[in-house]
Amino acid sequence: MNYADLFRVTLPETALEIAALLVLVVDLGLLRKAALNVRAGAAALLGVAGCGAALWFVLTTGGAGLSFGDELLLSLGGTAAVAQAGILVLTALTLLLLIDSDFTGHVGEFVAVVLMAAAGGLLISAAQDLLVIFVGLELLSLGLYILTAFAKRSGKSAESALKYYLFGGMSAAFLLFGFSYLYGITGSTNLHDIMVELHGSTAIAAEPLLYVAMVMIAAGLGFKVAAVPFHLWAPDTYEGAPAPAAAFIASVSKVASFALLISISMAALHVYSSVPVVRFAVQVSPEHLSNVLGVQVPWSLILMLLSVASMVLGNLAALAQISVRRLLAYSAIAHAGYMLLALAYFTHGPRSAQTILYYILTYGLTTIGAFGVVGVVERATGSDRLDAFLGLHKRSPFLSAVLLVLFLSLAGIPPLVGFWAKFNLFAAVLSVSEGVVPFALVAAAVAASAVSLYYYLQVLKRVYVMPVVEETPIKAHPLTMAVLLAIAAGVVVLGCFPALLQDWIAGFFSVR
Amino acid sequence: MLAWTIYLSFAGALAEALLPKGRAGLARGLALVVALAGLVVALVGFAGGMGQGRVTLVDLPWVPSMGVHFLLAADGISRVLVLLTGLAAVAGVLFSWNIELRTNEFFAFFLALIGGVYGVFLSFDLFLLFVFYEVAIVPKYFLIAIWGSTRREYAAMKLALYSFVGSAMVLIALLAAYATSGSHSTGLVALGAANLPVHFQMWAFPLTFVGFGILAGMWPFHTWAPTGHVAAPTAASMLLAGVVMKLGAYGCLRVAMALFPHGMDPWGFSYVGIGSWRDVFAVLAVVGIVYGALVALVQTDFKFVIGYSSVSHMGFVLLGLMTLNQIGVTGAVLQMFSHGVLAGLLFAIVGRIVYERTHTRQLAELERMHLGKRMPFAAFAFVIAGIASMGLPGFSGFVAELQVLIGAWTARPWWTAVAGVGIVVGVAYTWRALQKAFFRDALPTPEEHPSTGWPKFEAITWPEVAGFGLLTAASVVVGLYPKILLDAIEPAVKTLLAGGGQ
Repeated sequence: MNYADLFRVTLPETALEIAALLVLVVDLGLLRKAALNVRAGAAALLGVAGCGAALWFVLTTGGAGLSFGDELLLSLGGTAAVAQAGILVLTALTLLLLIDSDFTGHVGEFVAVVLMAAAGGLLISAAQDLLVIFVGLELLSLGLYILTAFAKRSGKSAESALKYYLFGGMSAAFLLFGFSYLYGITGSTNLHDIMVELHGSTAIAAEPLLYVAMVMIAAGLGFKVAAVPFHLWAPDTYEGAPAPAAAFIASVSKVASFALLISISMAALHVYSSVPVVRFAVQVSPEHLSNVLGVQVPWSLILMLLSVASMVLGNLAALAQISVRRLLAYSAIAHAGYMLLALAYFTHGPRSAQTILYYILTYGLTTIGAFGVVGVVERATGSDRLDAFLGLHKRSPFLSAVLLVLFLSLAGIPPLVGFWAKFNLFAAVLSVSEGVVPFALVAAAVAASAVSLYYYLQVLKRVYVMPVVEETPIKAHPLTMAVLLAIAAGVVVLGCFPALLQDWIAGFFSVR
Repeated sequence: MLAWTIYLSFAGALAEALLPKGRAGLARGLALVVALAGLVVALVGFAGGMGQGRVTLVDLPWVPSMGVHFLLAADGISRVLVLLTGLAAVAGVLFSWNIELRTNEFFAFFLALIGGVYGVFLSFDLFLLFVFYEVAIVPKYFLIAIWGSTRREYAAMKLALYSFVGSAMVLIALLAAYATSGSHSTGLVALGAANLPVHFQMWAFPLTFVGFGILAGMWPFHTWAPTGHVAAPTAASMLLAGVVMKLGAYGCLRVAMALFPHGMDPWGFSYVGIGSWRDVFAVLAVVGIVYGALVALVQTDFKFVIGYSSVSHMGFVLLGLMTLNQIGVTGAVLQMFSHGVLAGLLFAIVGRIVYERTHTRQLAELERMHLGKRMPFAAFAFVIAGIASMGLPGFSGFVAELQVLIGAWTARPWWTAVAGVGIVVGVAYTWRALQKAFFRDALPTPEEHPSTGWPKFEAITWPEVAGFGLLTAASVVVGLYPKILLDAIEPAVKTLLAGGGQ
């Protein structure tokens, strides 16, 4: 390993860390006596500048990734670049929405932790080695625990952070346990080497251990993406965390986790690069497991089960929610389910990776906007209950219109971006694998998303339809309005011109 | 040229949304201008398209990686239905002239719905068609939920979910057709030429047909229609019955039947005379005709009578489609136009002219109000609309239903026999409603009896007269001189049935 290379590849992370330290210096040093909104503005702007610098490095750094010996540690370009760029943009949006929050007086620390967690996300997106993956995940997760607990005046915030932390710690243990088995079986921590070794005789002899490892890893990563049955933390955390933190968890952390899942699947399929279309990740003794439900391998089977459970339970549980944040949490679970379906039927070609990235990036964008609106309404009404949104169209036509666009996009109504994301994703699943089972699963997913319209309309109904109880206008900070407008415009424009984002993503895959 | 109907409507919707609140007059005027402009464009496009086959209007690559094109085109069927949409839009604006609550939002949703409908009728890319189809769902929900009456939130949600489930079924078939065809295009022409395997068409056809059929009020998936129509504000029920149900029927024709023609092949076995999906749907259509008519016969709410009559009339459209012969399918398209105009007219009379003045739709209460004398214009209008709807010669309904029945006779005589019963019952329920609402002249109960003569109802306004004149004229012109539409419809149906790439 050469340190110049390390520096070159980790420039974006470095930029974020420097920005984080700068924020701390400025906030705790220079602006100690300044008013809260000045400090918040300064911290957020510094953070956004850091994200901008990091984004510039992501987009301009070329060449090979970082290797140790001949083992790849961090990749460059492709999935990593798209996910990193997405993480940086979403982080910047989160920071901009922070400006008129009042849940904490320690804005400097908040911004610094956000930036450090985002650096963890960048690391995960590029990681190709179990150890780097784990370090990145912990860097991200620890940040998220802190962010969740940041509203010190709120009991809910502390409670949800504790729950999140306990669940997270346990799932990290599972993940590490799975990794250790994988290392034990194959003697390597590099994703590609592991996949090659899995075809060796030693690995096949240790097959049961491999299953244990896979289940453990699926549990650990399933927790990160809030897949059923590892989803229990999500509603509580989404509800208790301060709005910007919840937005960050719902978007940035999801992007990083799905980028990691893509890396794992890509590595597994890289072994088969001579075969044009391979839809199984880790092939172990096909004679035992061939054609269980149309997938030929346990890893795909596990992902598929998680996916179906998430789609069904997420959508059904969301129907019964009366808190908009919990509703968003369950809808997030359902969306994770759709994406897991695409991971279960994954193809070596870039198509699957691109459609999943398209989905998670646009989902992240929409969900940040949704939390932005929820945050503003919450500050005005003191609650995130459905009824807090009653008559919002009178109180703030602007926020209502933004919410309308975002929720309809989440429900997958064309021509908004959420529709294209879903369509691409399902079309990719069907193009990877023919047969009844994938088709039935896609049909189930489409049906599940038809259910989702109901609960999104439950919110919109209160915004637009039901009788108005209070008419005092809700005012938002002009910057918040501008960010929300930009997000809604993005959802509409990317939806009307879906090729823009598709081509942009595909650009990263063709460069190499 | 015709493409401007879409752009104008959406631009109008956006302008209405941005209009300052409380300027009701401005909002109305703008909506009328936009709707009229759409009608003019539709008329010019219709006249200009005479004698031409399918004309491509716009063709731009939209999602190149998936072969999706922004492809707008028009053949005879599209031109007729676009014309219908233009008429319905203008009439809808005229009959919502008295909307005072959130006027600009109302017209914003109204025009967005109209834009989506124009879009569906002009799309020749499956994907684009689906996009416009879904765009039309959301405005419907808000129009009913905000400005509706009787159980509006329930009806609006029911309508939205039914539509969304239907479109989910279509989406599944669309995804599968795209994946199966292997052709790198979602154009209707390209997909139609892709020779999809018969076993695939065998399940894709019923899925798509039911998906679209839900919106066409196909029995037994029709239940959203009466509740939705009744709850909707007048203009919205005019649009729902007038054009939105046509979206479903149009989808059945343009997508289900044209893309998956082999889905209607015989199964190879038959059970009680039913041996293919075609038979299944024809039976459902016939049941819908009779069932809708019978249920309309016993309604106590004036608007429900019209709501169920729509189910019955749409049954004729679906039956016409399933005849698969030139005359039957032509009749079905003509019936779409005819019902669009007449249902709009009936809903306008019941919902706007009568209900807005009497504030009741219960036939039992109306029959004590002596409306025949007190509201002669309404009675006159309803008599005209009623006979037109019964299918008397001289109105569009006659030509359309006659063609459907002849087509059905050619295909399976007993379909015609049963559907004929529906026509007779149709006369009965229209007559019953007419008589009860306007000419019953029952004595009022003592406490209702006015000692000093009847209070005057608010006078009939010019927009109502204009809207009535417009729709009646359309029906009479087509009834007396059907060739004007048939010349456009027939060649288009011919190419479509011949499977000649749409």
